[in-house]
Amino acid sequence: MKLKQLEGLLGSLQQFSNPKVELEQYPTGPHIASRLLYMAENTFGDINGKVVADFGCGCGTLGIASALLGAEHVIGIDVESQSLEIASKNAADLELDIDFIWCDIKNLGWRDQLVNTVVMNPPFGTRKKGSDMEFLSIALKVASGAVYSLHKTTTRDHIKRTALRDCNAKSAEVLCELRFDVPQLYKFHKKKEVDVAVDLWRFVL
Amino acid sequence: MRLLTHNMLSCNIKGVSNGFPLRLEAEKWVEKEVELNADFLRGIFPKIEWKALAGAARAIGYDALPDEADASMLDSDDFLSHFHHALLELHVEEGTLVCPETGRRFPINKGIPNMLLHEDEV
Repeated sequence: MKLKQLEGLLGSLQQFSNPKVELEQYPTGPHIASRLLYMAENTFGDINGKVVADFGCGCGTLGIASALLGAEHVIGIDVESQSLEIASKNAADLELDIDFIWCDIKNLGWRDQLVNTVVMNPPFGTRKKGSDMEFLSIALKVASGAVYSLHKTTTRDHIKRTALRDCNAKSAEVLCELRFDVPQLYKFHKKKEVDVAVDLWRFVL
Repeated sequence: MRLLTHNMLSCNIKGVSNGFPLRLEAEKWVEKEVELNADFLRGIFPKIEWKALAGAARAIGYDALPDEADASMLDSDDFLSHFHHALLELHVEEGTLVCPETGRRFPINKGIPNMLLHEDEV
């Protein structure tokens, strides 16, 4: 599948109708999502024929992109039932078989080694401090191959240190720096659209 | 929910030491055909808890899997196709996952298991 085609399909997905601020529910835009998954597959071969988990899947964008690029089995996990409903409808519309689990990532009982790759756009930890690191440490525990994740550029040193020192990652690399445009979803957003500098990371286990 | 997902999940309630495998009570399930990928099956076989898979398959009326399996069986096309069918083609739509230690029940609705824990369980 071509990048443009992937981006187009992801652009057709339904997004949050009523986003919840405490969960930092920002949709992962089709531009970023398609590039993240395209790189994971075409540069590193981490998607096709693999078991892929999407942590905090929201409306399912990253998991759906993984399925479109040939993941053998995709699991999307989210704490919020409305998101999962939209995600499973999105997957069904594209005739993709994706498993969804309704669960808080930090409480999930999970046998290690079965998941090859975790892809995620975790909360940035802006509203609830530390939630970004919580997602990351669990992803690094669950995945046997690689973790792809988006984090604020301002946390770069901290992320690298934690991944290598505390979570036993073999490597932690910023693949590229992106502008994440957070549209005015919430009342406390004063500007119409805010650009946040975000790193796309690849961690190897 | 496919049985591959079932093979990963365990009950994570505080104090539970043996929350795997969750007993499956299936009320409704569907079969969806997918292409068999022999390399994938051979790669994942050593990581599968066989008894849990065979037990879950039996809970939805599929009894073609042997009670025990070892890697030499992967040479058989019959075995591969049964393994493939159980792991990836059976989807539980409605039912319950039951913790083997506490009996706590996790409902499955529209294919999605609800693994949320209550406040006093974490």
